[in-house]
Amino acid sequence: MEQFIYLDNSATTPVKPQVLEAMLPYLQEEYGNPSSIYKKAAATESAVAKSRMQVAAALGAEPAEIFFTACGTEADNWAIKGAAYANRKKGTHLITSQIEHHAVLHTMEYLEKQGFSVTYLPVDGQGRVNPQDLENAIREDTILISVMMANNEIGTIEPIHELAEIAAKHKILFHTDAVQAIGSVPVDVKELGVDMLSLSAHKFGGPKGVGALYIKKGTKIDIFMHGGAQERGRRGGTENVAGIVGLGTAITLATQNLEEKMQRITALREKLIEGILARIPDARLNGHRTERLPGNVNFCFRYIEGEALLLRLDAKGVAASSGSACTSGSLDPSHVLLALGLPHEIAHGSLRLSIGEQNTETDIEHVLAVLPEIVQTLRAMSPLYPGC
Amino acid sequence: MYSEKVMDHFQNPRNVGEIEDANAVGQVGNAKCGDIMKMYMKIEDGVILDCKFKTFGCGAAIATSSMATEMVKGKTVDEARKLTNAAVMEALDGLPPAKVHCSVLAEEAIESAIADYYKRQGLPFEPKKSCDGCCGNCEH
Repeated sequence: MEQFIYLDNSATTPVKPQVLEAMLPYLQEEYGNPSSIYKKAAATESAVAKSRMQVAAALGAEPAEIFFTACGTEADNWAIKGAAYANRKKGTHLITSQIEHHAVLHTMEYLEKQGFSVTYLPVDGQGRVNPQDLENAIREDTILISVMMANNEIGTIEPIHELAEIAAKHKILFHTDAVQAIGSVPVDVKELGVDMLSLSAHKFGGPKGVGALYIKKGTKIDIFMHGGAQERGRRGGTENVAGIVGLGTAITLATQNLEEKMQRITALREKLIEGILARIPDARLNGHRTERLPGNVNFCFRYIEGEALLLRLDAKGVAASSGSACTSGSLDPSHVLLALGLPHEIAHGSLRLSIGEQNTETDIEHVLAVLPEIVQTLRAMSPLYPGC
Repeated sequence: MYSEKVMDHFQNPRNVGEIEDANAVGQVGNAKCGDIMKMYMKIEDGVILDCKFKTFGCGAAIATSSMATEMVKGKTVDEARKLTNAAVMEALDGLPPAKVHCSVLAEEAIESAIADYYKRQGLPFEPKKSCDGCCGNCEH
């Protein structure tokens, strides 16, 4: 059988068997609309309520503070637009970072066109936001700060607790996109001190098409999806019951034995990082050396381009991704790598390998066996490579 | 997303490398855009006897370089200059829309190498006006 090693767990993860099992009844026999009055619908109503409790428990929140959405992107859109519009009378200045996911960046850019002004905080060479920069960026009219908990490309974990403390001191709302963090590192909304937090089920063994937004009690935020009384009237639309059940089960599983899982995955990450550094010259590890997601490995290999690398890896049975321009159809390299200060030609040659629960040491060894030759072959083809 | 032909020319590129006694060398593209193609030719009596390339770029950039070198080998300089990016794309059974610029780059690389040949021979060169000057490497 052809070998297939999945190392793109930051893009999405396979649905866990227990999650699928929990979801199945709600795709067939338990089809009642949770809003209906008859007994048949009680099962779906309580399933949604149970999932809300599971998500709340995993985040250290109250069930009434959890709102289901269709995805992480919707949660980000809702948090940012909802808070911006609801607090517009107080001010129109928003703060975020340069390395956010497009769900945040493009929402911010949209709001700029609507009359808001936005400060995009720089990051250091490892991708960390400096809390002092946030302090300096705050103005009289600042109403919302949004900084991601962990970066999707380079895995750097941001000092959310410190940033949220600064926001709280100035009585400014703080949102974090924790899509990459849930199930990878501990996330507790009270410990972090955030007002809003976005998550997405398919990043931690749940299904695609369902996410959630944590909204701290008392947070002033507009309705995002106008419609029925679902989600206590704040997000209309008949619930994606099977998806919501999947999210609840997945977040419970993903946050169980988290320490042990983190240790195991971090060991695999270290083996991969050290192995690449030892075998491939002119390889640059992107992101923070230690303050990074346990499963994230992101390298730039000089003189070669990312998409070519991915295609060659795919031919050797390894599924990975790149922040490369070519994959996204734009000619610009990753905004995250550019924010780190990398020149364009180096930023074009990035490779992200994201390790998940199902990966083994054998997987890592396979990558270490095939990657050096692929890089060397592409370099030999490159007019930029000084060795030729 | 790529045709079988593109994948074949990407995985097994033809004519990779340099020609030591090349009398026509051209380079187009820039690292900022993520594509650089360098083409080497050995031209005798107006015929392209050999053509090789080196490319920094995506799968489509490597495949179009490979196909373009195959298509101009054995052709006269005048014939090679008539090779369009559309013909290179067609020979590869098409490219995704975002990769069309790679075929344009291949056409420009051939033109750039031939321009170099004319210069070395001290011959006047009339550049064709097919590209949009996006690579910033020519006089357009």
